[in-house]
Amino acid sequence: MALKCGVSFMRLAQIHKTIRCLSTRTRPETINNGGSHAAFPGAKAPYTTEIKFLNEHSYEPIPIYRVLDSNGEVIDSREEPDIDKDTLLNIQGRISFYMTNYGEEGIHVGSAAALSPSDLVFAQYREVGVLLYRGMTVTELVNQCYGNHEDPGKGRQMPVHYGSKQRNIVTISSPLATQMPQAVGAAYAFRRAGSGRVVTCFFGEGAASEGDAHAAFNFAGTLNCPIILMCRNNGYAISTPTSEQYRGDGVAARGPPAGLHTVRVDGTDALAVYNAVKKARQLAVCNTPVLLEAMSYRVGHHSTSDDSSAYRSTDEIQKWTQEESPARKMRLYLERKGLWSEEQEAELMREGRDAVIRAMQRAEREKKPNWREMLQDVYYDMPPILLKQMKQMESHLEKYKEHYPLEQYQSEENSA
Amino acid sequence: MVPVRDALKQAIDEEMERDEKVFILGEEVAQYDGAYKVTRGLWKKYGDKRVVDTPITEIGFAGIAVGAAFAGLRPICEFMTFNFAMQAIDHIINSAAKTFYMSAGAVPVPIVFRGPNGAAAGVAAQHSQCFAAWYSSVPGLKVLMPYSSEDAKGLLKAAIRDPDPVVFLEDEIVYGVPFPMSDEAMSPDFVLPIGKAKVERAGDHITIVCAGKATHTALDAANELAGKGIECEVINLRSIRPLDFQTIAQSIAKTHHLITLEQGWPQSGVGAEICARVMESPSFFELDAPVWRVTGADVPMPYTRSLETLALPQRGDVVAAVAAVLGNRISEASVSQ
Repeated sequence: MALKCGVSFMRLAQIHKTIRCLSTRTRPETINNGGSHAAFPGAKAPYTTEIKFLNEHSYEPIPIYRVLDSNGEVIDSREEPDIDKDTLLNIQGRISFYMTNYGEEGIHVGSAAALSPSDLVFAQYREVGVLLYRGMTVTELVNQCYGNHEDPGKGRQMPVHYGSKQRNIVTISSPLATQMPQAVGAAYAFRRAGSGRVVTCFFGEGAASEGDAHAAFNFAGTLNCPIILMCRNNGYAISTPTSEQYRGDGVAARGPPAGLHTVRVDGTDALAVYNAVKKARQLAVCNTPVLLEAMSYRVGHHSTSDDSSAYRSTDEIQKWTQEESPARKMRLYLERKGLWSEEQEAELMREGRDAVIRAMQRAEREKKPNWREMLQDVYYDMPPILLKQMKQMESHLEKYKEHYPLEQYQSEENSA
Repeated sequence: MVPVRDALKQAIDEEMERDEKVFILGEEVAQYDGAYKVTRGLWKKYGDKRVVDTPITEIGFAGIAVGAAFAGLRPICEFMTFNFAMQAIDHIINSAAKTFYMSAGAVPVPIVFRGPNGAAAGVAAQHSQCFAAWYSSVPGLKVLMPYSSEDAKGLLKAAIRDPDPVVFLEDEIVYGVPFPMSDEAMSPDFVLPIGKAKVERAGDHITIVCAGKATHTALDAANELAGKGIECEVINLRSIRPLDFQTIAQSIAKTHHLITLEQGWPQSGVGAEICARVMESPSFFELDAPVWRVTGADVPMPYTRSLETLALPQRGDVVAAVAAVLGNRISEASVSQ
């Protein structure tokens, strides 16, 4: 899907002035300068004669950039991005038509719209919006979840662990935060190649507690990689609230000390995310690593095996479903511009629901992948030990075929 | 005569020259020339872009290497020792080994994880263990274990060119040991096949299967036994996965006796795997006596030298094992333990 973003460079220069980008040059003012600067290899800092411990209250909290208020009204007209109608409708279409991940739609779709399609994306597992924005179809998503023979992943990955090489989306990795240093590694490869491509890596505030996250920040900073590290701080890691996840001013506060240009954004505001990612991309493409923390609220349960009412109040959920819903805000904004209506919204929802149900019905009927695919792609060339097992299975099935439901499996001739 | 360290460097240097995509990263690999000087001179020759010093975080730079391989480069990831690679094992197993499969063949991960493995000297439990059995149990990985300088050069070059992720287990104690290298092996075109063992010494009476530094112990024991009229066939596996069982089977058909020798622990070790494959194959009927495994002691490595020596298989252990197997005295040996 082609991106048609009519944002001019002049416009972005203006955004630059207003989004507060924190760099490592920001110094705490609490330290009393004793006169001269020390020249230790590990720190170029002023001396002081006063013992003063810094804590989480020593710094102002990093502000949250937003464009729209809760009613979808632009707060400062200078911040309204100049996005053409088609792209706006595409954003709204993808946001409304979102299968799970309620509350975070603005982050994924807003960021996907601001990136270049050639930029590589390392997702965590809550970023279906990025895939949809890049043109992945419902049928493809459903086929992956069913692991039928139409699944381009050959039925090998857990459900929702999507990946698409042609859309520059790396297959999702289950162990939390492994994608983070890997994303920085891919960004390092882009830097080396001078490719002009940027890597965007999504992760949650829970993943940010993993050692991988620290390593990724450190490497992004020291290797000067073209990367946007995109934290979706949705308030909960399964049942663990942020108050138990970390101390201090969220994940963004860790950026400047690691040498990352850092900004915090209202993740329920797709336009704010769009502006911030657009700007972040400009920095990253010049090998300035960026940390972006998008604040949101995970309205849905963690997964289908979770009931979140056990650890949070329904009032709390209600507030974020109503007042701060990204889809609602964007809808009100578009309605005000005369680009969208309640009827269109209802029609989109109906079409969306029908499309999903049709895709699921089709996917259920599709054949299972050819059994041989189980043994393929373990190595680049199939080793003799696997080849032998495949041959044995072939002759076994030839001899005893009436005992196996072979008709449910894709035949060899038709398999991918 | 070329020390193993220089043979490894030659391999890396030649492959970096041959393919711009090849680069090396790890702790101290650049300006310091590597903790064990394997990368000596490479930083001066190739610069920061291709010889990358990293912060001290195995989980980080192993992840960086995997990501760079996803994006089309061919990283060589040096661990100061494989003991530290346990911090990064998630990237090696969950990502490097599985991504080609999980991406349905779309994303190959051509990467070499290399560094010293096994017991060094006097560095105790947390720095002295063999990971051959660990990694060799993982489909998607290839596991190589060189012994001599020719092994080191030929196998490392094969590993760097290979489209799959390779775990390359070196030996700190052997780095400085010089081996003869043929003119052929000195050539930049010298590459050894992955998955092919080498018969280091031919013999008719008993087969000793080993890899890495244990090959030295085996050859040493074979020399001693030759003086007593016992001819051992010593098979240097070179590759733990894929495992060249054909060469082992051919040898058993000739000698009808087998012992395995490794520095790693006995349970679920490389020797255990070889025994299982013998059991599952016609080679079992070729045996005139049960197989015997000579392994490291089933304890964490002690620090003090006398105990450290006892914890590792020595020449005498191999000689005794050969005598027990050939004399069909396995049951006595088992009872006496």
